[in-house]
Amino acid sequence: MTEGWLYIQTEVYPALLKGFWVSLQLIAPSALLGLAIGIMVGVLRIYGNRPVMAAANTFVAIFRGIPLVVQLFIWYFGLPHIGIYLSPFFASVLGFSLCSGAYHSEYIRGALLSIKRGQMLAAQSLGFSKIRMIFSIILPQAIRRALPGCGNEIIYLIKYSSLAYMITCIELTGQGKILASNSFKYTEVFLMIGACYLVMTSVASIILGRVEDRLRIPGFEHRRT
Amino acid sequence: MRHRVPLFHTFLKAIERMPESLIAIMDALPYLLQGSIVTLIVVVGAMGLGFALGAPLAVGQVYGHPVLRRFIAVYVWFFRGIPLLVFLFLFYFGLCTALDINLSAFTVAIIVLGLISSAYQSQIFRGSILSLPEGQLKAARALGMSDFKAISFIILPQALRLSIPGWSNEYSILLKDSAVTYALGVAEIMARSHFVATRTYQHLPLYFAAGVIFLVLTWAGTKGLRLLEERARIPGYSPHGL
Amino acid sequence: MTAPILRIENISKRYGKKDVLKGASLDVKKGDLKILIGPSGAGKSTLLQCINFLVKPDEGRIWLDEQEVHYANKRDLYAYRQKVGMIFQDFNLFDHLTALENVRIGMVRVKGMGKAEAGERAVLELERVGLKEHMQKYPAQLSGGQKQRVSIARALAMDPRVMLLDEPTSALDPELIGEVHAVIRDLGNNGMTMIMATHQIGFASSLASEILFMEDGRILERGTPDKIFNHAENARTQEFCSKITELYGERG
Repeated sequence: MTEGWLYIQTEVYPALLKGFWVSLQLIAPSALLGLAIGIMVGVLRIYGNRPVMAAANTFVAIFRGIPLVVQLFIWYFGLPHIGIYLSPFFASVLGFSLCSGAYHSEYIRGALLSIKRGQMLAAQSLGFSKIRMIFSIILPQAIRRALPGCGNEIIYLIKYSSLAYMITCIELTGQGKILASNSFKYTEVFLMIGACYLVMTSVASIILGRVEDRLRIPGFEHRRT
Repeated sequence: MRHRVPLFHTFLKAIERMPESLIAIMDALPYLLQGSIVTLIVVVGAMGLGFALGAPLAVGQVYGHPVLRRFIAVYVWFFRGIPLLVFLFLFYFGLCTALDINLSAFTVAIIVLGLISSAYQSQIFRGSILSLPEGQLKAARALGMSDFKAISFIILPQALRLSIPGWSNEYSILLKDSAVTYALGVAEIMARSHFVATRTYQHLPLYFAAGVIFLVLTWAGTKGLRLLEERARIPGYSPHGL
Repeated sequence: MTAPILRIENISKRYGKKDVLKGASLDVKKGDLKILIGPSGAGKSTLLQCINFLVKPDEGRIWLDEQEVHYANKRDLYAYRQKVGMIFQDFNLFDHLTALENVRIGMVRVKGMGKAEAGERAVLELERVGLKEHMQKYPAQLSGGQKQRVSIARALAMDPRVMLLDEPTSALDPELIGEVHAVIRDLGNNGMTMIMATHQIGFASSLASEILFMEDGRILERGTPDKIFNHAENARTQEFCSKITELYGERG
């Protein structure tokens, strides 16, 4: 018992804490970058001119259609083929942001389409330019509508951040794998790792729920699932 | 240590290696396509398992005793809250050894993906069941049907039709997630392309090839499910009364 | 005096703090057509749903053919419901089944009849409500009036002793009401025992054997159509009847 406790204190705890930090460092910038990419691509898919629209749609089709693992392998193991070397961390953030952005853009696009035409007509009749209209009238409404979907996407990102381990970026899962291989306590270690992720995803979903409530406008309906 | 070449040169170099790359892809193609069969078996197996568990879970969560509902909610929360990779390691290296069960990586992959999918599928069905008008169940009861009959003959046939778009989405998610089972050494597309890549030093082209195969499989599956949706469509009926 | 087919005694129902039904009693004899009228929220719909236990009453007893119905016993409940047909305001046809399949499914799945036999009977019932040529259509391809007639055929196919009709025409466009009324009138002429809630008082007064005026969870007054519409004793009944006559006219 005491020996086990010692092991947890001296080995497990510091390793998991370290891994947890790396995971957070992966997730936070990827979430923000992903959201930014998603909003940009989503807007271009609706309001861009034909070639821009086509390019944005192709981007989304490719990054949603190819497994994230393959994308990460391309960034990390593939790019050296043409002489570009990325660190595991940077390759992970790049991969997560682009993939996540493609998914976000779907929700943003759907939300933009759901905004009634009357809103645009009203803005135009007040003399708004197209850009102004998108940013001050359409997006504030669309982002509220897209929030549940985008929130889910961020929760997915938390889970998929574990894939960074596969391109040798040692985050939470990677630390767990090392600990488990050294101690052969696979079940215990991965249950603990699982619990860490459960805490992260649960906390994130509570925060996102709060944000949704905070931004709620009376009568501006959307269903939460 | 890392030698950086100007971008222009890197592209020249890539173009220079193009014929070599194409040959590597062509050589590896049959091997990769065999991998796509493995991938598809894993995906279809996981979808089947996910359905077999997910449908009763959904019915239980909508119509069950409060204790059962609570239990199902926890089940869903658990399997949706932890990364696939962690579950794969936990089951394959952890539980299988601890419980002394001898399962292949392939089997573990299907079980783990199936369990996770059951949590997601249960929520797809649950949404479909809840979107049906309450009167459907009432009318079935008024005819003298037991709840079991009403759910089997009236509620589920409608709910399953409404679930097809959700399924289509679930298929493409499982397809992509199946690439993660490479971590256990399941000989699917990703594992095979990586295997060839390390041997031929043609990483980029081979991962591209893998990506393209996944794109084709996604496209074909989604198309197939759309056909199913067409066939199962009830004339004149649109789910949300629009 | 013949014994009543259906005997309802002191049915009460409350939702939370609100008493929706406060002890409604009612005897129905063979061939009777009892009509429930009253403002919305009076408890008409709840009473009808309590009669076949789609809503479980908090108090009260029900007898069908002099046998008390014990709804806690599932087998009794399902057998009883087969004998009591229900027509809903919003039809509730099964959306994934054709008109024919809607009529057939109760016979096949509840009564255990063979598909062929049940199918023949279903065609007969659809013919009776004038929809034989539409039997292969799905609910979404039918008009409201047609849907309601299918739902009547579905109930009839179970050979009910009594039919409960919960405002069968109130979700219909005015020009479609007539076709449903014609079917109900035909049922009445053939001796079907019915309890119906409706606002169509012209139709009610021409057909009803008794009118029951409900308000606030109680049956306030009952009597022949002539008595209720022309010589009501209760002031509330008079007030309601004059209002509803204005709204829906004399004839239905």
